[in-house]
Amino acid sequence: MQTLACPDCDLLQSVPDLPPGGKASCARCGHALATGTAGPIGRPLALTIAALFLLIIANIDPLMDLSAVGRHASTTIIGGAYQMWLEGQQATAVVVGFCAVVAPAGYILFMLVVLLGAGRTPVPRWVGEMLRWADRMRPWSMVEVMMLGILVALIKIADLAKVEPGIGMAAVGVLMLLIPAIEVNFDPHAIWHRVTWVEPKSSPPIADDSAPGTSS
Amino acid sequence: MAAALTAAQAGLIGCEHCGLLVRAASADEPGHCPRCGSPLESRRRQSIERTWALVIAAAICYIPANLLPVLGTTTLGSTEYDTIMGGVVFLYTSGSWPLALIVLIASVMVPLGKLIALGYLLISVQRRSSSSNRERTRLYRMVEFIGRWSMLDVFVDTFTVALVQLSPLMAVSPGPGVMFFAAVVVLTMIAATTFDPRLIWDAGGEPESRIG
Ligand SMILES: [Zn+2]
Repeated sequence: MQTLACPDCDLLQSVPDLPPGGKASCARCGHALATGTAGPIGRPLALTIAALFLLIIANIDPLMDLSAVGRHASTTIIGGAYQMWLEGQQATAVVVGFCAVVAPAGYILFMLVVLLGAGRTPVPRWVGEMLRWADRMRPWSMVEVMMLGILVALIKIADLAKVEPGIGMAAVGVLMLLIPAIEVNFDPHAIWHRVTWVEPKSSPPIADDSAPGTSS
Repeated sequence: MAAALTAAQAGLIGCEHCGLLVRAASADEPGHCPRCGSPLESRRRQSIERTWALVIAAAICYIPANLLPVLGTTTLGSTEYDTIMGGVVFLYTSGSWPLALIVLIASVMVPLGKLIALGYLLISVQRRSSSSNRERTRLYRMVEFIGRWSMLDVFVDTFTVALVQLSPLMAVSPGPGVMFFAAVVVLTMIAATTFDPRLIWDAGGEPESRIG
């Protein structure tokens, strides 16, 4: 049992300890307040390591190849952003580079560090800091939007020339599924309950969640 | 729990980052979360002003984003320019109407819908409206959730440009519209994070329908 303020409407309410897979919604606005602990850390860790490999493949291998009258061309993700830069669209190139490469890589790497650090007892304070950074990266990581963008570009160009999807595109497709899978299998609250506090001396604020470090 | 009470009414603050419920040291200087160190804010600072500024900036960028070309296709010396709507029409006439519909929704309707939705949320909060709070909160969550999909056309243009570089036969280059379009998406995404949905509920309660 713990007392929370709903992040969307500020209503105070008690949330019971949830069974795995359970979900508590705000009584007033319906916001999902808490989910049951998703289970051991191993599953999100395995998914994150897989995501890291796919991220590397997605960024090294060409997304698609084009051939027309005996000439060939191909592009990678960074190659796309770089071409925009060369064509005088520096601002767009930066946005594309950030949303397609930096934010997904940042999210995956911060999550990896969080999951590796979460196994230690007590959970070090920097794990919380890294979790905050993963949260900051997440909204800007647009792998699924990029995947749809690649598909639309492919179909548009298919009218003009012969295009073939590359390995990079397949990797983007799998990565698009892995990132939400990490989120579903990971419960940030479970980490926050065990993390070392920034101000350990201050008296525990109020009606806080159950004693730290008891149940997982 | 006693009758509906918000954290603010009880002098408490829910940390935006880690969810810890903290007693505010004082209303003006709430300080930092003792658990994660994030600055505590009962309500996001200058939420209305900042969100208005971002929404207005995005609305201004929305005009050149739609009027200026996003792509120029050069074939054998002559160049043809396409706006976002032009791209939709091209997809439609080339036979893939489902894709034309997706691009139309993501690139034209979603950004416009976001601007209208945020404008409506801001005005309703400023008027201290206390009706349909639940629906307005849901609208806010939708704005937050679908915003990223408007980046679709920026990715389409980027990969089209990157791949079709077969000069002098055929080359595609980006137009100035792409930059404004990317700006609309980024500005509205930031606007969704500066808006504080708790303000919707501060004007007054609605009878709780499903209190458990
Ligand atoms: Zn905190």
